[in-house]
Amino acid sequence: MWEGLPFFLEVLVGGLLSGVMYSLVAIGFVLIYKSSGVFNFAQGTMLLFAALTFVSMTERQVNFWVAFSITLVMMVIMGIIIERTVMRPLANQSLLSLFMATVGLNYFLEGLAQGVWDSAVHGVDLGISNDPIFLIEKFPILGLDIIISQFDIAAALIAGSMILGLTLFFQYTRTGLSLRAVSDDHMAAMAVGIPLSRIWAIVWAVTGVICLIAGLLWGDRVSVSFTLTAAVLKGLPVILIGGLTSIPGAIVGGLIIGASEKLGEIYLAEIFGGQGIEHWWAYTTALIFLMIRPTGIFGEKEIERV
Amino acid sequence: MYYREAGRLVKSFAADRRMLPLMEDRFVTTLFVVVVMYGLVTWLASDYIFSAILIPMMVLGVATLGLNIATGYTGQLSLGTAGFMCFGAFAAFNLIFRLDWMYIPLAFFLAGLIAGLMGIIFGLPALRIKGFYLIVSTLAAQFFAEWVFNAYPWFLNYTSSGVVNLPPFHYKVFPFQELTPLNDAFWHSSRGRYLITLTITIALIVACKNMVRSSTGRNWMAVRDMDIAANVIGISVAKTKLMAFFVSTFYCGVAGAMYSYCYIGNLDFMIFNLRRSFLVMFMVIVGGLGSILGSFLGAIFVYGWPILVTRLGDAIFGGGTLDTAFVENNSKIVVGTIIIVLLIREPGGFAALWNTSKQKLRVWPFSK
Amino acid sequence: MSTETPILSIKNIEVLYSRVISALHGVSIEVQKGEIVSLLGANGSGKTTTCKAVSRLLEAERGEVSKGTIEYNGVDISAMSPYDMVKTGVVQVLEGRHIFGHLTVEENLLTGSFIRNADSASVKRDLDYVYSRFNRIKDRRKNLGGLCSGGEQQMVAMGRAMMAKPNLILLDEPSMGLAPQLIEEIFEIVKTLNEEDGVSFLVSEQNANIALKYAKTGYIIENGRVVLKGSAKELSESDSVKDMYMGGGAEDVSFSDVKYYHRRKPCMV
Ligand SMILES: Nc1ncnc2c1ncn2[C@@H]1O[C@H](COP(=O)(O)OP(=O)(O)OP(=O)(O)O)[C@@H](O)[C@H]1O
Ligand SMILES: [Mg+2]
Repeated sequence: MWEGLPFFLEVLVGGLLSGVMYSLVAIGFVLIYKSSGVFNFAQGTMLLFAALTFVSMTERQVNFWVAFSITLVMMVIMGIIIERTVMRPLANQSLLSLFMATVGLNYFLEGLAQGVWDSAVHGVDLGISNDPIFLIEKFPILGLDIIISQFDIAAALIAGSMILGLTLFFQYTRTGLSLRAVSDDHMAAMAVGIPLSRIWAIVWAVTGVICLIAGLLWGDRVSVSFTLTAAVLKGLPVILIGGLTSIPGAIVGGLIIGASEKLGEIYLAEIFGGQGIEHWWAYTTALIFLMIRPTGIFGEKEIERV
Repeated sequence: MYYREAGRLVKSFAADRRMLPLMEDRFVTTLFVVVVMYGLVTWLASDYIFSAILIPMMVLGVATLGLNIATGYTGQLSLGTAGFMCFGAFAAFNLIFRLDWMYIPLAFFLAGLIAGLMGIIFGLPALRIKGFYLIVSTLAAQFFAEWVFNAYPWFLNYTSSGVVNLPPFHYKVFPFQELTPLNDAFWHSSRGRYLITLTITIALIVACKNMVRSSTGRNWMAVRDMDIAANVIGISVAKTKLMAFFVSTFYCGVAGAMYSYCYIGNLDFMIFNLRRSFLVMFMVIVGGLGSILGSFLGAIFVYGWPILVTRLGDAIFGGGTLDTAFVENNSKIVVGTIIIVLLIREPGGFAALWNTSKQKLRVWPFSK
Repeated sequence: MSTETPILSIKNIEVLYSRVISALHGVSIEVQKGEIVSLLGANGSGKTTTCKAVSRLLEAERGEVSKGTIEYNGVDISAMSPYDMVKTGVVQVLEGRHIFGHLTVEENLLTGSFIRNADSASVKRDLDYVYSRFNRIKDRRKNLGGLCSGGEQQMVAMGRAMMAKPNLILLDEPSMGLAPQLIEEIFEIVKTLNEEDGVSFLVSEQNANIALKYAKTGYIIENGRVVLKGSAKELSESDSVKDMYMGGGAEDVSFSDVKYYHRRKPCMV
């Protein structure tokens, strides 16, 4: 057996676990894109906003669950307001202007979040242990001598159950069915009386909730500060690989990016003789996938005609 | 406003194809450029006006124009503007630093070409990937630029701080300039930098204006409006897109070189980060997609707003009361709001507002 | 005109797309309760636009009714949203079916019932009822909508509309791309729905033969204007209609001659 294998597996598993979080962020993108054709660039800042609000409250001795609920309600309201004031007046506009609107929204929220709270670096403690797990001690049968972070597993579990819940929600509820109908055919959905704006409001609210969860998990891992907005840059290659419209695509894309990022950092950085390749590496991976399949792995092929 | 096109007969094709068909327009523009920009401003303005207001506005205007060529005229979204500026800045530095005989105008031109080449490389995926998916490629360019100049210190001449100072002897503009008063000390001063920036900016504006009103620009717009239809009428979509990427990134490259040499006076890859790419994109949206005038209006507004707020704050509350964080957050909120409002109310940006108000002024006060 | 308020009355409307493109200029149509009215016209004459003006779907295509009024049961609908229209009982079956391709047939039908907030028992009853009317799609209930044949898709689209329990269905070109036998079958279902369930229909069609066979009154629309109106019998016997829409009565008529009804003014203003 290749002696580097355990280490390779360790890196791979670590990458896959962090990939689950990317998937969670990516699902937020997919929901909004599916239902309204908007690529929501403001999601990174929504994440920061949620995390900052939560942290600012707990730092003022507010109880964990109270702070959580207040932030939750706030994110839902924020999603609904965004839908009302920005997205609805822009319905039926070109993809480019919709995207630019979210970029503007992103800038607005950035100023607001840091204006209302502050731009300092905060820590979050969700009370999840950070100790590593030695797999060989816990599961000797596997015979693998690798170390996995306990926090990564917990975070992946939380993100994973959130993803599962969302998938079930959209598969089996009336709202979910309406959402799928809307993403299939706007006109037909309106013709049978599905209120588009209500669906959009729900989707934006759900995205707000996703941002809260992802923001807290990410905040615990790295800290709550401006760098959290980079989440959007992590999510972007993920959904482009998976295809903008597919929830399974977002999951698979997240795993691919998570794994390739960690593996690239370890194995490719030597070749390129420099650290910090993960930024452009994720995008290059996405680019390679897109060159092979221009609309992502699970993306729907658009039919073009003059 | 006091003169009209009506009743003027053009008698030759050349007269019809003039950039400014009205005699008065030509007169006013020439007067403005020669007397105001080269004359009065050069003579009277202070260092602060040059280096904190005029130069950055022009440099950013050129970068905005570059992005506008790709996004506004050709419909290709790009988030890598600052990356391409970075390529341009580093190319200019290395050309000037490594080749003793190099002159600034030539170095800037070559820097533009090198950035343009990178633009073609990162634009190649555009032939296969369409629409929104393309931003991956331009973001890859952005991150690649940030990484490569960090990872390979050769480009920085191994400067340990990561920021290279640009000494006066780099500023060679024409041969034997030491024998004249316009020596390198002059070009290194803010007035000299202003003149370099102004001249290059005017040249690039004229070039762009001519491109967009000729077949090159019409092909860009055809591809933007519907590339399949453009293909059907015989426009090579691939060539047109790559051409647009090349010209766009050429402008960004030159802007990057000017950013280092004329604006901040040193070379620092940290400045050309993703935030700057976005700032340039805001300038495009605010100014107006597909408008040369708009590119500069956007640059002036987005760059000028925080300065205006700071100055107003100083004037009202006394010097230094407004802290930078407040000004920064304020301008984020204002620019963000303006972008959204413009997209909803006037997608043509400031340029369209300018045109409608010009139209209204013509008939005012007899009609609205 | 009858004394009872018509279920739908379109009064001399004009429609603009994108504020400049004029698609309709002077269309007036009445549908009485329990009636099937057919709207005939060539491609691009404005049938779809008329239907969308009633269902308020125009706005999604940047269209607007710039003049004239539309009344449903005597109430002006200009302030209503597409949602309100379905809620009050007017459903459009879109031209080209527009069923949800990634949803199963049954899910497609279910989306039609959401508007009523009905409990699952009554939804179940309605499903069974729709399947009884549209036998063909019963066996396909678990198939993806996108994989159904054109005729089945038309039935799914109509069944989906019926799930909303409408009083008036705007049926836009149901015959599009279907075999003559299937068209007959679809119109038989329309007749059943009309006679047994009391649903009124405004059917837009290019196939005048079949449309006039099932309708009570008909309107002919050309270039955004109603040019002829009459009972189905009158219309199908009219020479001009025969020449233009039914494959000819008299032989060898040149087209410039048959359009003589163009000279007539729009009939009701
Ligand atoms: N969204 C739109 N924007 C601009 N013009 C439109 C739009 N939709 C339709 N039109 C124009 O309005 C006119 C009427 O179109 P409409 O679709 O109502 O015709 P139709 O009678 O349904 O034709 P067909 O039998 O082909 O379906 C046409 O000239 C068409 O070009
Ligand atoms: Mg039609």
